[in-house]
Amino acid sequence: MNPYVVPGLVAVVLITVGIGVYGLRFARTTSDFLVASRSVSPAWNAAAISGEYLSAASFLGVAGLVLRYGVDVLWYPVGFAAGYLALLLFVAAPLRRSGAFTLPDFCEVRLRSGFLRRLATVFVVFIGCLYLVPQLQGAGLTFTTVTGGRYEWGALLVGLVVTANVALGGMRAITFVQAFQYWLKLTALAVPVVFLLLHWQADGRPAVTPPAGPAFSSATTVVIQQDAVLDDNRTVHQGDELTFAAGDRVPQVSSVDRNDGLGWLLPGGNASLFSTYSLILATFLGTMGLPHVLVRFYTNPDGASARRTTLVVLAMVGAFYLLPTLYGVLGRVYTPQLLMTGQTDAVVLLLPEAALGSGHLGQLLGALVTAGALAAFLSTSSGLLTSVAGVVFTDVLHSTQKTVRDFRLATVLAAIVPMTLSLYVANMDVSRVVGLAFAVAASSFCPLLVLGIWWRGLTDVGAAAGIVAGGGAAMAAVLVTVMGPPLHGWFAQLVEQPAAWTVPLAFVVMVVGSLLTKRRIPADIGATMLRLHAPESLRLPG
Amino acid sequence: MGDVSGRVVRTRVVLGEAAGRRPVADSARVELAEQTDIGEALVKGLVRAQLALAVRLSLVVVAGLGALPLLFAVAPAVGRVEVAGVNLPWILLGFLAFPFLVLVGWAYVRWAERNEQDFTAVIRGPEA
Repeated sequence: MNPYVVPGLVAVVLITVGIGVYGLRFARTTSDFLVASRSVSPAWNAAAISGEYLSAASFLGVAGLVLRYGVDVLWYPVGFAAGYLALLLFVAAPLRRSGAFTLPDFCEVRLRSGFLRRLATVFVVFIGCLYLVPQLQGAGLTFTTVTGGRYEWGALLVGLVVTANVALGGMRAITFVQAFQYWLKLTALAVPVVFLLLHWQADGRPAVTPPAGPAFSSATTVVIQQDAVLDDNRTVHQGDELTFAAGDRVPQVSSVDRNDGLGWLLPGGNASLFSTYSLILATFLGTMGLPHVLVRFYTNPDGASARRTTLVVLAMVGAFYLLPTLYGVLGRVYTPQLLMTGQTDAVVLLLPEAALGSGHLGQLLGALVTAGALAAFLSTSSGLLTSVAGVVFTDVLHSTQKTVRDFRLATVLAAIVPMTLSLYVANMDVSRVVGLAFAVAASSFCPLLVLGIWWRGLTDVGAAAGIVAGGGAAMAAVLVTVMGPPLHGWFAQLVEQPAAWTVPLAFVVMVVGSLLTKRRIPADIGATMLRLHAPESLRLPG
Repeated sequence: MGDVSGRVVRTRVVLGEAAGRRPVADSARVELAEQTDIGEALVKGLVRAQLALAVRLSLVVVAGLGALPLLFAVAPAVGRVEVAGVNLPWILLGFLAFPFLVLVGWAYVRWAERNEQDFTAVIRGPEA
């Protein structure tokens, strides 16, 4: 095993806890815990938002998908970044001016409805869990890949560190932790990729898509993960070891779906136009509805700075997404065995040593990407846990005295369910579940926010109907995809990439529902619109 | 806003933050604060300007990025074009998409702030 990995992981955990404890010295009141008393500078805030956002799906999943499917899946990173543009254009400044801290708060501020608030709470908790489970799973899988230890230990370790950190330090502390973790994640991908590209150049630029299909660059032993049939009709069983020489073709394994040659290189490989547009819609519009993203906007001092922060985030996230694609592409050359085992999500972790050899350089860079992966799990799960705990604290516990102890209780409560789930569902596909969380967010909170901010005619009944119709349909599609039987044909596409029909459904139901209940438009809508859109520099008498 | 007798029901507006305590001097701010038709129209104008800006820029993104899958499907030859040895779709989606998004975002921030300055100038009146 790589001797640098354990010190690297221990350093990340210690720094995370260390900054958390340092932050604790400042966390005095509950409001400090929840929103960092809104005294975080835009540069810190933008780095923290980016650090929180770049999850296991971005750090590991995108490269894995590119390795497997090629150009079609580049819509994932583009969509993950473009989501911040949609957030900037339609939501950032007005949301900050609304003074809402969570989505349920926004329902209260804009529509004065307790029922809608409770409905939003259900969706926040559902999306939060849907997003937390794969983070913990990713942690468990990384732990297994790198140390050979048990999956459960990795998931539990990350779960406990995150719970302790959020419960002890709250958001003030995690703002600094998240900011640190953005720079760590960027470095962890950017430094090795320079060496990888130089190595590829020195290697004489081996072809990424050789005409005869992907080939092994060096002698490799592959351990088969599932019973399957190879494309030369050989039957292989779980645990079989196959040995290949350098230059051998990588056989297609029936249990692992992948694109080769032109299908990998050119658009339209196996993604239909419908599923591509569905993915675009989910990622472009889903970001604004993710609970841990919205909470952050409250830490900006005013609407204009919320806008500027979002722009910096867009640039930071965009810079990051230039990198995973390169790992996926180089993985075609140096780690093609993953196309046989199906563990493509591990490409980022394995590539440095596979390409650069297991000398000190390869091992150091391997340890660096592993530390970056740990940072990805820690930061995203901290952010999710803070926001879910915040909602549990205010809307489920109905804490009237707002004590710090209640917030800690809420954190532990919010952490128990996803941690338990992550131990039992080890086989869910990480990137796909994260994509589904985006679809649910895009079909429930996106219409609520966009219509709530820009349309006076929205009513509580219309909003609730739209969330139940669109968000409920997306939620059902997620449950069927994750737990139901395998589906086939056009119906499978509708269920596996639901956003293309659930988002329009949510918008239409919300608008029609509101038009039918015009009498329920809040009487103070004029005042609310003024508050959402007027610049703070206009100090109106109050 | 008027009730049956034609009397204007006045509502006070409080911004989210601790609002200034200066006495109200000029009329536009009174209109705004007291929710008269003129104040309402001013706010509606601002909301409409900001929404039009956001919609216009999102159409730029729809045309620039959203049309790509359709383009690749209709004209597969576009995907085969190579620039410096790399196929065009990889350059567009793997690299150029990100600076493009940042550029659109930057333009939005500039113009949205200008809209707000215009609004503030109207409310503050000629003395500001």
